[in-house]
Amino acid sequence: MTSLAGPVNQVLGEQILAGERSRSRRWRVQFMLAWLVIVAALVAFVLITINLDTQFIAKWLPFILTGVPVTIFVSFASITLAVILAVLGALGRLSVNPYVNGLASFYVSFFRGTPLLLQIVFIYFALPQMGLVLPEIPTGIIALGFNYGAYMTEVFRSGIQAVPHGQTEAALSLGMSGGTTFRRIIVPQAFRIVTPAIGNDFIAMLKDSSLVSVISVHELLYQAQVAGRPNHKSMQTLLIAAMVYWILTIAFSFFQARLERRQAVGDRSRRPGSG
Amino acid sequence: MNGQGIVHEIHPVELPGPLVPAGAEPIVRATKIEKYFGRNHVLRGCSMTVYPRETITILGRSGSGKSTFLRCLNFLEEPSAGRVEIDDTAVEARPLGDRPRAERERIRKLRTDAGMVFQEFNLFPHLSVIGNLVEAPVHVKHVARPAATELAESYLEKVGLIDKRNEYPSRLSGGQRQRVAIARALTMEPKVLLFDEPTSALDPSLVGEVLKVMESLAHEGRTMIVVTHEMQFAREAADRIYYMHEGQFVEIGPHTQVIDDPQDPRTREFLARFLGPSRSRQAAATPQDEAVAPPPAVGPGPV
Repeated sequence: MTSLAGPVNQVLGEQILAGERSRSRRWRVQFMLAWLVIVAALVAFVLITINLDTQFIAKWLPFILTGVPVTIFVSFASITLAVILAVLGALGRLSVNPYVNGLASFYVSFFRGTPLLLQIVFIYFALPQMGLVLPEIPTGIIALGFNYGAYMTEVFRSGIQAVPHGQTEAALSLGMSGGTTFRRIIVPQAFRIVTPAIGNDFIAMLKDSSLVSVISVHELLYQAQVAGRPNHKSMQTLLIAAMVYWILTIAFSFFQARLERRQAVGDRSRRPGSG
Repeated sequence: MNGQGIVHEIHPVELPGPLVPAGAEPIVRATKIEKYFGRNHVLRGCSMTVYPRETITILGRSGSGKSTFLRCLNFLEEPSAGRVEIDDTAVEARPLGDRPRAERERIRKLRTDAGMVFQEFNLFPHLSVIGNLVEAPVHVKHVARPAATELAESYLEKVGLIDKRNEYPSRLSGGQRQRVAIARALTMEPKVLLFDEPTSALDPSLVGEVLKVMESLAHEGRTMIVVTHEMQFAREAADRIYYMHEGQFVEIGPHTQVIDDPQDPRTREFLARFLGPSRSRQAAATPQDEAVAPPPAVGPGPV
């Protein structure tokens, strides 16, 4: 019986494997097909309903694209500010000091409880009444940074709390101080836990940075509107802006995936065959 | 504690001293450790004196307070009362209020002198094996990294894992992880090693490799305090056994006493339950023992 089971099982195993492979190949083809159909339909719709006016696009595209570096700069500066505020906020939220904890929780509550757009226009239009006048770009960075910092405070706090308590005990038992334990053992692990959330927030911020167009920061959406509105070609310019945002998002998603894979070194998730 | 029957009133008997040459200075001295968890009185005046090169095993039922006592020795658990002295560093319990900075530093010193091995290993997953070992020497004792690495490698060699030097903990088996954890504790060159049920989280087939390392450490004269359920280890490696019952040490002595000829009724009951009828080795062997033992024809073996 055992002598028969060997080859029979092997043939069956090969068949199952081949079946799984062809099924997953078919699935991928169908998935890409779905995308292709939707994109083709959209392109066809645009071409049929409006005159794309390639000459107009060729003329104004470089102007619109001057908004891209501004968008990227504002996003990077804001995410940097947000991460700094979030680390401080998370430390505050975990502090045993009631004043520090109170301040941090007030910060989170206030900046999550009011609209981002309101925060932007408030800093730009209302603060000058108190004699505090800030230029457009710093205004945008401060508003975005404080708002996202409030959201990310909670992300960081939960990330720090997600590191098992045994890690702290092991570090303390080796004679590390509380500070060294936090810096060398807790934070590196917490960062790994929150990296996907930070990446997500960054991608969201990339698009929320368009809100600063209301205070005439010359970023991507603003440039698209400047080009489109007077010429009655908003369809063209806004579509271009949309495509550029989309491409930026895809590019950063790609970098994020790579970063996460690199950080996964030493994680359980690195199974044979998955990378 | 379990609410059944009579609670034995413990008289603070003067328990027999350790088997060490007269005049030796103890390296660990825990005095009258008490511990409350809320209203729950977990440790009731536990004292322990350990001399250099001694291996101590703490036995007792789960929930009797063995681990809590061990964790009080390096203040991972704050004792409610009592005093711990390791080498030259003494710290009093301070259950209420904050400790002044100098006292916190003394606790840190005490912890560097007492290496701990945990049931759940608690290796640092973001660091490689060698990274796990050098982290504390570099950042606590400020040893230069090359020197720390050299030291770490010698201890990895000792636990037989030098070839796993650059692996990450997640790629190791449970037994290998625990051996790395032991090497990590050793790399701090502590005066005493504390083991908190080091084999309880392991697959049974991996227990042996860890016990082997621990036995060799005991034989080379490391001072060790081991909370365990491994009777065999207690018998072969421990100089003295402390038996704990409901937060008190009720019997202390060499294995020839505590395991083979227990004096206290509670120790006897525990061993009877734990070891079954084959408590003392001379007693009737179990059927499995019969099947394994080659010699005489006592009867037909299982078919």
